[in-house]
Amino acid sequence: MNDGVNGVALAVFIFFFLAVTVVGFLAARWRRAENEASLDEWGLGGRSFGTWVTWFLLGGDLYTAYTFVAVPAAIYAAGAAGFFAVPYTILVYPLIFTFLPRLWSVSHKHGYVTTSDFVRGRFGSKGLSLAVAVTGILATMPYIALQLVGIQAVLDVMGVGGGEDTNWFVKDLPLLIAFGVLAAYTYSSGLRAPALIAFVKDTLIYIVIAVAIIYIPIKLGGFDDIFAKAGEAFAQTNPATGAPRGALAPAEAGQWTYATLALGSALALFMYPHSITATLSSKSREVIRRNTTILPLYSLMLGLLALLGFMAIAAGVKVSNGQLAIPQLFEDMFPDWFAGVAFAAIGIGALVPAAIMSIAAANLFTRNIYKDFIKPDATPAQETKVSKLVSLLVKVGALVFVLTMDKTVAINFQLLGGIWILQTFPALVGGLFTRWFHRWALLAGWAVGMIYGTAAAYGVASPTQKHFGGSSKEIPGIGEIGYIGLTAFLLNVVVTVVLTFALKALKAPDGVDETRPEDYTADAGDPGVEVELPPATAGTSH
Amino acid sequence: MSDVPEVKPPVVTPVRVVIALCLIAPFVAMLWVGSYAKTDPDFIGIPFFYWYQMLWVLISTVLTMTAYKLWQRDQRARTGGAAK
Repeated sequence: MNDGVNGVALAVFIFFFLAVTVVGFLAARWRRAENEASLDEWGLGGRSFGTWVTWFLLGGDLYTAYTFVAVPAAIYAAGAAGFFAVPYTILVYPLIFTFLPRLWSVSHKHGYVTTSDFVRGRFGSKGLSLAVAVTGILATMPYIALQLVGIQAVLDVMGVGGGEDTNWFVKDLPLLIAFGVLAAYTYSSGLRAPALIAFVKDTLIYIVIAVAIIYIPIKLGGFDDIFAKAGEAFAQTNPATGAPRGALAPAEAGQWTYATLALGSALALFMYPHSITATLSSKSREVIRRNTTILPLYSLMLGLLALLGFMAIAAGVKVSNGQLAIPQLFEDMFPDWFAGVAFAAIGIGALVPAAIMSIAAANLFTRNIYKDFIKPDATPAQETKVSKLVSLLVKVGALVFVLTMDKTVAINFQLLGGIWILQTFPALVGGLFTRWFHRWALLAGWAVGMIYGTAAAYGVASPTQKHFGGSSKEIPGIGEIGYIGLTAFLLNVVVTVVLTFALKALKAPDGVDETRPEDYTADAGDPGVEVELPPATAGTSH
Repeated sequence: MSDVPEVKPPVVTPVRVVIALCLIAPFVAMLWVGSYAKTDPDFIGIPFFYWYQMLWVLISTVLTMTAYKLWQRDQRARTGGAAK
């Protein structure tokens, strides 16, 4: 794969990398508030972001480098089945339209920084809040690690990854530098850094996709030829499974899998701490609703991007590691300088979500483990200090994870993370609409979902792996193959409902609910909403 | 939980039903995979399966936007009504 270093591409890549580094450090001064030493400032950018900043931030956050590499890679490997990412992102928006504004309002009213804060306030249960926090942190860590895998793929194709026998330190040095820099500006600028860098990232990505989707098909003889070639390639039998490699449209048997993966992933997406962090940083309820109408632009981009997987097949890209298919396609198709721009887009695309994820995980630790269990009287300044340090630790952890373990371990954990995070849905979204669920029932449902999901995923074998070979399995009672996360989620809901009835019959004590019905519809400017927040910089007029 | 006695306009109104339909439609369309799991007819060489779902990105955007506008009107009418 590494036939020398691509000098021009590398130079362009380094140029963009340095540019965003400067932006990252300068971000600390952007809309700086008087009261800097609070978690609202460092961890939520002062809760001041308007529609467009939120759009870039959420887009930069949800559509990660790993997405850009993995979605086309899945198409490259198996065809239609990998396209579920598109219906998945279609379903996300109507879903969050209904519940995120409520979460925003109640969080603003009570100064909640994380989802666990809300769960504790709503159900008066530190145990449930701890369960949500731990799930969030566990699900986020491998996600950060996968961003590193995305950068590694790009570095590899550019030829700076070093050969097999290079000293490990030299080999991983570029990655270490990239992450060192990322850690430094996240530490100093907090959420403002990824918010500003997201502008650069998304602009680059949109340019690259627009060019790729026009330029590459012209070079390859149009979409007719691309899909004809891809169809031929998929029809060939895979020696490992004895079945065709894939198909251009899912067969009857694959349709349940396709639909359950799309639905399950859509339900899970906004349970991830980093999505919530980006949402809570917006300055009003309206910003969120408005965003659900403009965020689908990213879904369209994702669909076009997925088509690159077919182009990689048609262009005859042959890689042993599917993750390298798209970077390799760029390298083969584009002139060197533009390949550099494309690689920079993917590289920076890894930095933005990695920064937000580490901030989100750090906030969870600080608010729901450190403050709740270790030091209840922590001042806002102490909270911020702990959060900053933990954001560093989380990144170091992810780095160690990627450097010492096989890449498939990170991917396995990411798969598990998706299943796990979905189990926090009943407590969070259920809690936003009703107080009917009993806190102990929610905790039990969560535990059942986690255990079933983990055990089921462990039992899935693939031609290359004995365990964690995929995310779908036969749904008990239906007999179709479906997404494990969704099955675990249904089980979770059933257990929660049944136990709630039982506990209510037994008159088990309810926790204290510190929220009131009107808190869920409060908007910025309402009495009692703004006064609790540190005033943002005077002069941020809009 | 105590019930808060308040005089409110009805919770289910025709406008709200339309909003709900706008938000539910994408789920029906996308989860019914059998309705679009085919390659023909193609569009500039892209099989039906792919362009149809990408078309739904646009349709769902229009639907969400409609829901958003209707919801805004609904809320404005309600708070306006409460102020009087």
